[in-house]
Amino acid sequence: MTREELPNLAESKLTALVVDDNFVNQSIHQKLLSRLGIQNDVVCNGKEAVDAHCSGRNYDLILMDMDMPIMNGTQATKRLREMGIESKIAGVTTRANEGEKKEFMEAGLNDFQEKPLTISKLLSILHKLDFYVQT
Amino acid sequence: MLGLGVDRLQADINRLLASLFHQGVLDEHFLQLQQLQDETSPNFVYDVINIYFDESEKLLRNLRLLLMDREFSDYKKIGLHLNQLVGSSSSIGARRVRNVCVAFRSASELSNRPGCLRGLEVVEHEYHYLKNMMHELFQLEQQRLLAAGVRYPI
Repeated sequence: MTREELPNLAESKLTALVVDDNFVNQSIHQKLLSRLGIQNDVVCNGKEAVDAHCSGRNYDLILMDMDMPIMNGTQATKRLREMGIESKIAGVTTRANEGEKKEFMEAGLNDFQEKPLTISKLLSILHKLDFYVQT
Repeated sequence: MLGLGVDRLQADINRLLASLFHQGVLDEHFLQLQQLQDETSPNFVYDVINIYFDESEKLLRNLRLLLMDREFSDYKKIGLHLNQLVGSSSSIGARRVRNVCVAFRSASELSNRPGCLRGLEVVEHEYHYLKNMMHELFQLEQQRLLAAGVRYPI
């Protein structure tokens, strides 16, 4: 897919939160989102994601890593849903066995993708969660 | 004449990249990294690769410290460090580093200390090879940019 073919979602003013303890993945995920015109913030673990929401911040989409220190993605997703956060949450992880994936999904995910995240995987998430906009 | 310098350097860059892909050192995720570089972040590849180097060296140092400890038994910690290395290596397209990390992780899951020590040596070897190749690539890129910047007015 060429750069010109990438849909620009700037018109929709979507916002996203990247939740990942890996700085390489943070950079790449933020860039992928920015390339699609999605404003985004980043935090390093599930607790920071919960704290961000407790302080009043809200996002259309959360890209949630599974394995993180302090509070992992499964715990954070559960907590956010308990708080009544209705943002779309997509789990992203390098590896997960079926049991771990099931537990992560049941915590309240709307979608799940294996890392590395690519433009097409991100578009798939957006499309599945009805964020995709035809240009 | 100066244009030939730029062309020669670009050919060198292409040759180096082709070799790294052929050897399996890099995969298509490195191409994505290059595709994400644009006018808003013209040094994106360089910046992300340097973050990868910084983080990887911390993780490799920690792995060595853990395994050198005679009373070491925390294989779970080894696994956590390796998950990080596998994840970031996959994301930047460092296929061979990723694969040897996966093999190392298998040894840690079996609590196999000699296997872990061997695994660490292999990972360190592959990592340093990748780092040297990336430095060579960045040097060529820098030379190409400098050569392209030196132009006589038409």
